[in-house]
Amino acid sequence: MKQHSLWRDSWGRLYQDKWAILALAIVVVYSLTALLSFMGIIASDWAREVGGSNLPPSADHWFGTDIFGRDVLQKVIRGTRVAMSVGLATSLIAIPVGVVLGALAGYFGGWIDDLITWLYTTFSSIPNIMLLISITMILGKGLFAVYVALGATSWVTLCRLIRGEVMKHKEREYVQAASAIGGGHMRKLFRHILPNVTHIIIINTSLQFQVAIKSEVILSYLGLGVQGEPSWGTMIDDAKLELSRGVWWQLAGATLAMFIIVLAFNILGDALRDSLDPKLKGKT
Amino acid sequence: MTKYILRRLFYMIPVLMGVSLIIFLLFNLIAGDPTAVLLGKNATARQMAELREQLGLNKSLFAQYLDVLKSAFTFDFGRSWATKQEITYMIKQGAYPSLCLTIPAFVISTVLSLLISLVVAFYRGKGIDLFIRFMCIAGMSISALAYILAFQYFFAFKMGWFEISGFEYGFPDFIPYIALPAIIWILLSLGPDVRFFRTVILDEIYQDYVRTARAKGLSEISILLKHVLRNAMIPIITYVVIQIPYLILGALLLESFFSIPGLGGITLNALNSSDFPVIKAMAILSSVIYIVFSLVSDVLYTFADPRVKLK
Repeated sequence: MKQHSLWRDSWGRLYQDKWAILALAIVVVYSLTALLSFMGIIASDWAREVGGSNLPPSADHWFGTDIFGRDVLQKVIRGTRVAMSVGLATSLIAIPVGVVLGALAGYFGGWIDDLITWLYTTFSSIPNIMLLISITMILGKGLFAVYVALGATSWVTLCRLIRGEVMKHKEREYVQAASAIGGGHMRKLFRHILPNVTHIIIINTSLQFQVAIKSEVILSYLGLGVQGEPSWGTMIDDAKLELSRGVWWQLAGATLAMFIIVLAFNILGDALRDSLDPKLKGKT
Repeated sequence: MTKYILRRLFYMIPVLMGVSLIIFLLFNLIAGDPTAVLLGKNATARQMAELREQLGLNKSLFAQYLDVLKSAFTFDFGRSWATKQEITYMIKQGAYPSLCLTIPAFVISTVLSLLISLVVAFYRGKGIDLFIRFMCIAGMSISALAYILAFQYFFAFKMGWFEISGFEYGFPDFIPYIALPAIIWILLSLGPDVRFFRTVILDEIYQDYVRTARAKGLSEISILLKHVLRNAMIPIITYVVIQIPYLILGALLLESFFSIPGLGGITLNALNSSDFPVIKAMAILSSVIYIVFSLVSDVLYTFADPRVKLK
């Protein structure tokens, strides 16, 4: 009989979902755009004046130009870099912190669990928006503060989920078997249990990514985010004053760019949950 | 039950201490000495020392932490740097406009989402279900800012159906001012609410007791309303109660766009003028309310579901 790994089964389920594959393709395109822009290959001269002020969309400038005659499409691309970097940085903070703390709490229980539960209850007791505002305000404006603030708020959910899942797994036979052959705590936890809860990390990250992107837009709109560089949030902020003069394309460009990637992450997150967690299958 | 509530009450203390600790670390330790900023460039050393004394900054760090912790119980937050008003007074003033907006919006959006999710659950897997599920995800993917800007521009500025901004105290005078922000709030809540309620209802629909009810020959509608909804009510109540703290926090963005002088507006003004004590007060206040309501939600949960064992 041919052996199938669980990962391959999941991939098979995901592959059959054409919406999920489309969403995945969108995520890849956005990531590449962000990467190319980061390397300075595209949209590096977004600040150049390419035409008149506030020109409506045309064949030359698909999203028109802004008040300084800069190409809005270039700004949208440049903003993609900010948005994707925020999502990535948030995940890079939230995943290690959330996974390690959640795993330790779930596995060891006792006072370690009490301490970590207290820690995440405390963090989740401050409404997210207040914590985000406080941290970015105190660390000073800029992307670094946004990374830290979003990292500080987003590890909590992951930690709670991992803790619950590890708690369930540590009583299973395969873990008992691992201790029977002399596996230590760390080996059991990181070598045996964690690979079995990876799906939670993947699902959660996909959903967390879009929350980070949405939050960055709001923080940048409030003037707390990226400075001196276009982001979707600052573009929407500009649009606030322009809209009454009928200049709608800056708002439309930023909103559309954000809509597509957030929608893609939403669809992908749902599809990942269905394919990696087959217990939920057939419930719809 | 009393024992459980007491123990949960007791657990609020370490959480409150933790919240105060985070806020103390942020505002008293990392934020640094505000006196130079407050007094401007020409401040003398003596003035700065006096101000530090006034603000309680020359106390030991531990005493400063205790001040933060104390304010979580007394709600005495001192004065705003920008307006020099008592913060407690500002909060009392701001609560009314905020609640005028958030309470009706919250009630309507919850009832509406529940109705929609019942319809969707009834037609699960059919066209209307797929359509509404897609609309939920699509609606959630548009920035709240885009909704607000577009609606304000189109319905208030272009069509003139609503007031563009401002607020009027007293019923029914405030209605034209809060109507449009409330509609936007409802639209923003529909997506996540319907998705959550639908999942909860569908979780119940595949249970054995539903099959039994069907076998007895009950109609699908009475199963949905009498059996499924009652059992689904438990997670729904928890979900709804835990949102109440956010009503008091006000609608940050909506209030600022529509110039409603509520708590959200106060917070954003404080943000623009680097008014640290006000932000600090709002952070403490909203956390305390959140902690209280998560206790309420836990207790309600045990009332609603006798199966929940109170350890």
